[in-house]
Amino acid sequence: MSKLNSKIPTGPVADKWTNHKSKINLVSPANKRLIDVVVVGTGLAGASASATLAELGYNVKTFCFQDSPRRAHSIAAQGGINAAKNYQGDGDSTYRLFYDTIKGGDYRSREANVHRLAEVSTNIIDQCVAQGVPFARDYGGLLDNRSFGGVLVSRTFYAKGQTGQQLLLGAYSAMNRQIGRGKIKMFNRHEMMDLVIVDGKARGIITRNLVNGKIERHGAHAVVIASGGYGNVFFLSTNAMGSNVSAGWKIHKKGAHFANPCFTQIHPTCIPVSGDHQSKLTLMSESLRNDGRIWVPKDLEDAKAIREGKLKPTQISEENRDYYLERRYPAFGNLVPRDVASRAAKERCDAGFGVNKTGEAVYLDFASAILRYGKEQAHVKGLDENDTLLVKKLGKDVVRAKYGNLFQMYEKIVDQNPYEMPMMIYPAVHYTMGGVWVDYNLMTSIPGCYAIGEANFSDHGANRLGASALMQGLADGYFVLPYTIGDYLSNDIQTGSIDTELPEFEKAEASVKAQLDGFISNNGKNSVDYYHRKLGKIMWDKCGMSRNEKGLKAALREIKELREDFYKNVNVPGKTNEFNEQLAKAGRVADFLELGELFAKDALERTESCGGHFREESQTPEGEALRDDENFTYVSAWEYNGAPSKAKLYKEKLKYEEIEVKTRSYK
Amino acid sequence: MTLAASSIGRKVMMALSGLFLVLFLTQHFSINLLSVFSESLFNQVSHFMGNNPIVQFILQPILIFGVLLHFTMGFLLELQNSKSRSVKYDSYKGSTNASWMSRNMILSGIVILSFLGLHFYDFWFPEMNYKYIEVLPLDADRYFEEMVHKFQSPARVAIYALSFIFLSLHLFHGFASSFQSVGVNNKYSKSIKSFTVIFSIVIPLGFIFIALFHHLTAF
Amino acid sequence: MNLTLKVWRQANADVKGKIETYQIEGISPDMSFLEMMDMLNEDLMSKGIDPVAFDHDCREGICGMCSMFINGEAHGPDRLVTTCQLHMRKFNDGDTITIEPFRAKAFPVIKDLTVDRSSFDRVQQAGGFVSVNTSGNTQDANAIPIDKHDADKAFDAATCIGCGACVATCKNASAMLFVSAKVSQYALLPQGKVEAIDRVLNMVKQMDEEGFGNCTNTGACEVECPKGISLENIARMNREYLFASLKG
Repeated sequence: MSKLNSKIPTGPVADKWTNHKSKINLVSPANKRLIDVVVVGTGLAGASASATLAELGYNVKTFCFQDSPRRAHSIAAQGGINAAKNYQGDGDSTYRLFYDTIKGGDYRSREANVHRLAEVSTNIIDQCVAQGVPFARDYGGLLDNRSFGGVLVSRTFYAKGQTGQQLLLGAYSAMNRQIGRGKIKMFNRHEMMDLVIVDGKARGIITRNLVNGKIERHGAHAVVIASGGYGNVFFLSTNAMGSNVSAGWKIHKKGAHFANPCFTQIHPTCIPVSGDHQSKLTLMSESLRNDGRIWVPKDLEDAKAIREGKLKPTQISEENRDYYLERRYPAFGNLVPRDVASRAAKERCDAGFGVNKTGEAVYLDFASAILRYGKEQAHVKGLDENDTLLVKKLGKDVVRAKYGNLFQMYEKIVDQNPYEMPMMIYPAVHYTMGGVWVDYNLMTSIPGCYAIGEANFSDHGANRLGASALMQGLADGYFVLPYTIGDYLSNDIQTGSIDTELPEFEKAEASVKAQLDGFISNNGKNSVDYYHRKLGKIMWDKCGMSRNEKGLKAALREIKELREDFYKNVNVPGKTNEFNEQLAKAGRVADFLELGELFAKDALERTESCGGHFREESQTPEGEALRDDENFTYVSAWEYNGAPSKAKLYKEKLKYEEIEVKTRSYK
Repeated sequence: MTLAASSIGRKVMMALSGLFLVLFLTQHFSINLLSVFSESLFNQVSHFMGNNPIVQFILQPILIFGVLLHFTMGFLLELQNSKSRSVKYDSYKGSTNASWMSRNMILSGIVILSFLGLHFYDFWFPEMNYKYIEVLPLDADRYFEEMVHKFQSPARVAIYALSFIFLSLHLFHGFASSFQSVGVNNKYSKSIKSFTVIFSIVIPLGFIFIALFHHLTAF
Repeated sequence: MNLTLKVWRQANADVKGKIETYQIEGISPDMSFLEMMDMLNEDLMSKGIDPVAFDHDCREGICGMCSMFINGEAHGPDRLVTTCQLHMRKFNDGDTITIEPFRAKAFPVIKDLTVDRSSFDRVQQAGGFVSVNTSGNTQDANAIPIDKHDADKAFDAATCIGCGACVATCKNASAMLFVSAKVSQYALLPQGKVEAIDRVLNMVKQMDEEGFGNCTNTGACEVECPKGISLENIARMNREYLFASLKG
């Protein structure tokens, strides 16, 4: 089918967006009233896009599967949002944010997109403040910043540990305003089931009303997919239970290329799995690594004793502890990037040094931070620095002020007091850099179909920097898509409303109904979760933090077999025409079972290690990731051809004109 | 108009009339208390209150309006509340998160309202009859004896005491809560709460004491 | 742990529901309440019984979707947590646990423990926003300094997750804590002050129309709120409303 055309504007990278914006076609306000846009998903990207499109005058229909748009999983982001405001005067600039993001992405993202992201980042903060988002402020009343994940400036704006929540509620409020004005029609508890293409263009979607099971048709002149990432293909992840790939996968099957599916971010500081009942994992902000020291016992016997509950971590003396990050990466220590920290934890646990009963946990210890802060406080207050009890108390107060909410969350879940006992952490799937392939205008390979936010692949390359996901979601939704979409829609001002009685709609609806009926009448013996858990285990074991050819080939086979078994033996209770969570879940897991295979295929094809993708075959003698720029400086964009195994690879070559490609080193 | 029709507006009226009634109660208590110390002083003040045109024709109607407003709004709000949850909980642990007093204002309110009926029957109707219907001659010394006479019946004293216990419960939540309803919740709120506790115990207890005092000391 | 669960079952909004009793065995104290419910559902499905429908999504206490009334309390006996963060170690072996939906006229039951909270959305649509366009031409974020105390208070109010525990808990099913949190957030910020009058009038009007009860200041909402939203916000809204209705 199509050859990839990224449509990157010509000219110097710093001028591309400005020039592009002033040259693209616009739709007049009078004509915008005649145009309908469908938006699927109400996270930061979907909510902000819906609000802005409605503000501009388009008729927007927005869909979310949750009971309210405010539930979208952007709400769970903790740390912050980056913006090149340089309020701290520490030398930040658009260029530096651009540079850090490209480098952090291990040189696998598009320069032009990333530069645009850095440019609009400042607008986001202005916009959010104007909306009444209560960012943290200093005593002078100005916005406060903090530093984050391996960069040299303080550019992260935050609202305690709930930045995602505050930004999402800001976007939600902007949407509410437009819903109140009648410019957005909101469909809660609706799931997109398929994309409808008429004459090669996206012209609407088929949805299922999750309350009564009704299948509905919605025509539109453009369809925007903002349905988030697909981390739940691993079953256990920090994603919400409902997070799914279905919208993205449906459009993939209708012709949109899926890019870099194997680029997954595994976050190092999550609460470890406690048992087989585990349904999801909880992340704790990586800011904890600023003060916590990560270690495992040096001695295998000690580790074993701890796992059996015979020994407490506090009983292990300093010289018997292995602060492995400080040992391996003396320059960055505990603050190495997420992918490096995660792999190092896995390496130690695989070697038998894990510290909880599952053997998959390492310690994150605040004891020395408590002492350090305590001494500092004692000194400031003129108290006795040698009074250990007093110093500990003062230190705990400082730590409580900084991380109190995270410590409380940990204690609720693990039932251990992290002020006394080191925390246990383990990496977990957190974010997917890969996603639907889009061009510079954020349009997928299907004309009129767009993908924004985590759902697309565009800005983070092979690894995302902390506090950049929120930035990208809002940049796409508030400041990029609403402009670029006009270029396409300017050809649609005379189309008139889309007729949902067209045979294309009928066909799409029939196939949706057939799939649903198939699930219900299957009468198998295994629940949907049974398959989801199995898939998750294959993905985690073979496509997780480190991957090799043998494992990936096995994964390809196993996923295919699991999928076949799923269609034969899955049991979905109830009926199609009622509130049926199992049925909704079955559809999502069916898509994960296909995506999983493409994921493994992509990971197999990319024999280099880069960012979150670590191929054991491609590492330095010291065990560090080894990129292969000569052969892999490209985006893998997969085209669907009837089955994941038959997907065809297209390569979008990445050109670095502004930034010199270097090896990342954190030694 | 919006104020009287909205739930918050009604609540504000409840609160303001309630606070006004608290003032009245204090005043009423002070006069009653005089009866413990001096018969003549009590008669003197009572006579003044009963015959001063400002008290009789301006303050008294305001008071009646306040009482009417307070319980009308109370009932209106209760009506709204009773419609707000059609299927009741099978298990509901109200006591784990709120005081009995706050959850039963309508109950204590109804008891107090019934008591007001009795109180009117005992004092206010005879008083109105004396002054404005039969227009009997002024007698500046009759009040003390009339009161003491009423407190002869043990049953009446018992009802009286019980009612004041309910008044205490009502005040216990209502007084401080009125401030919240009109939007006062600040650094003084703790003091208001402490004052409420003292007030809601001392005043009703005082009323009961006065009744018992006259019941026990007469004859 | 072995437990007896008394669960509200209701097929849909149009039929009457009732409490059904189920036995469940082998519960680990490390499970979250929702993981226990997952296990119950697996068990029910294996017996050919329709699984219990309940709302849940993020399972880390921030999305506000989970919503059960457990043993007479919203989100169960623990404080400052949502149901997804309530762990089974808070219960004892052999306990009987009653699980009901959040009940209010404004939260009609969809199925079993799932309720429709779109009334909250409609209250927000009536005024829970600042009327500013996303033109990208708004003034610089630091143009108006904001007193840190006000900013912090606005943040505290803004942490409301819209779960509806306040309504479920309130003996009057009042939404005052929820509505006042949003009103307060904006009332405390200069950006929100501009349209403060219309906002509070419109939001309270919508709140009343949705059929919520009124506030008796019992304070139960504050106790049960998983985010500890303060009653101060209700006082602030009362103040704002009084001022707005006198002026407007």
